[in-house]
Amino acid sequence: MGRLLQTTTTGSLVFDDIGMVFPDGTEAVRSASFTVERGEFVTVVGPSGCGKSTLLKIASGLLEPTRGQVEVDRSRLGYVFQDATLLQWRTVQRNVELLAELHGVPRGERKQLADDAIEMVGLKGFEHHYPKSLSGGMKMRCSLARTLTLKPPVFLFDEPFGAVDEITREHLNEETQRLFRLEGFAGLFITHSISEAVFLSTRVLVMSARPGRLVAEFEVPFDYPRSPDLRFDPEFAKLSGEVSHALRGAHS
Amino acid sequence: MSLTRDSPQTEVASAPAPVGDPGAPAPHEPRRRGVKWFATVVLPPIVLGIVILIGWYAISYGLLEEQRRFLLRPPHQVVQKGFLDWGTFSEILSGLWSSTRVALIGLSISIVLGMGLAIIMSQTKIAERAIFPYMVTLQAIPILAIVPLISFWFGTGQTSRVVVCVIISLFPIIVNTLFGLQSAERGAHDLFTLHQANRVTRLRKLMFPAALPAIFAGLRISAGLSVIGAVVGDFFFGRGDVGIGNLLRRYASRLQGEELLAAVIMTSFLGVAVFWTFGLIQTRAIGKWHDGAAN
Repeated sequence: MGRLLQTTTTGSLVFDDIGMVFPDGTEAVRSASFTVERGEFVTVVGPSGCGKSTLLKIASGLLEPTRGQVEVDRSRLGYVFQDATLLQWRTVQRNVELLAELHGVPRGERKQLADDAIEMVGLKGFEHHYPKSLSGGMKMRCSLARTLTLKPPVFLFDEPFGAVDEITREHLNEETQRLFRLEGFAGLFITHSISEAVFLSTRVLVMSARPGRLVAEFEVPFDYPRSPDLRFDPEFAKLSGEVSHALRGAHS
Repeated sequence: MSLTRDSPQTEVASAPAPVGDPGAPAPHEPRRRGVKWFATVVLPPIVLGIVILIGWYAISYGLLEEQRRFLLRPPHQVVQKGFLDWGTFSEILSGLWSSTRVALIGLSISIVLGMGLAIIMSQTKIAERAIFPYMVTLQAIPILAIVPLISFWFGTGQTSRVVVCVIISLFPIIVNTLFGLQSAERGAHDLFTLHQANRVTRLRKLMFPAALPAIFAGLRISAGLSVIGAVVGDFFFGRGDVGIGNLLRRYASRLQGEELLAAVIMTSFLGVAVFWTFGLIQTRAIGKWHDGAAN
């Protein structure tokens, strides 16, 4: 009965018993099963090198899993990489237009989509700048805007804020949360920062060291919008502590 | 900066460094004109120039006795006979123009051929493995060794001069274009894969623009080489209009020291002008987004 219910669930993103063994024999992921619904923001935390990013590559089709399958509509999949991966020869505006361009959206509509997305991430006024003159945080915003133009129902984030400083990271977290509330996508976020995970998510999954297995799951009860000060709330600290504990268990 | 990681036979020491640009001046600093700027930027080359002139006079008048002075005429005589005598100067200019035309034709062919080959090589590893060894071999043959073959096949006119130019300037364009095409980031490739970009789109919107800085570095090297190729070609293939190389040989055989030096100086100006022109085109084309191009 429960099994039947599971398979008929139409989640936006369903991982069904995913396993990944690379050709060199490294086992990156072992039997990962979970679902991300629309309006859910799920974060996977785990030690570095545990195969978290592999999950996203499998979800997006960049990697074929050696076991199990993923259900997701890949026609408009949002994917934000660890690096901003901006094209150096394009201005902010033209970088943000890129995906719409690749999907054959006509010029006028493309421009409108880009304008909206640039506005949304707060890069207005920088449309004609080239990536070389942007800070790390601004590059990441540009990358976010680029993905937003797709209006993706499923949004994958691969440790996008790992390379920016603490303050910028907190700003970007608030930004991401705002975008999530605005767009209501199904979000899957990869990070190794516990506070980032708890602050952003509706649910936190903890992954063990290689081979990556999902070893714990936490519901995050705080209402949106979440204020930056939530990070100093005792409840927040308590939950973070529990996640940290689970993570430590996963390490050994 | 290994170009083809899995074909060891291509590790050729003589291969030009793909992006490095040996003649590129140091990046521009904001211009602060002042005494210090004059003393450290303008003065040194002027002072060295004067030292060279003094040395030149010393050799002409001090070292060489009267009857051997034709070996190195003093500067003012070179200027008088080589540059101020219109008959000689126009001869040099028309020789230069002939060689420049040959160099430009050769360079154009190299660009089309070289970039075409590099694009093919970037599309399939097999083509790269097949073509690369031959390119290296072609590059390794001393040009003098194939001159007889070229004249055997193409005669001793302009065609042969162009062929020499192409052979000499092709390699840096292929190597740099190929290196450039392969330089697009892995992440950007993933992005294009994710959004189902086809081969042509990927080449046009990702690989080619990413390759531009390297392509321009290659162009600058090849442009310089094509001038060398034209002059060398002139030496051996004299039929048709008279190139600068041909003039150089003629002046030398007639012991016309002044004209010879003037022609050498003008030839080096041509090389500098070509190098500088391509630097300018590079800055115009990619200077806005590429840091290294801002010189």
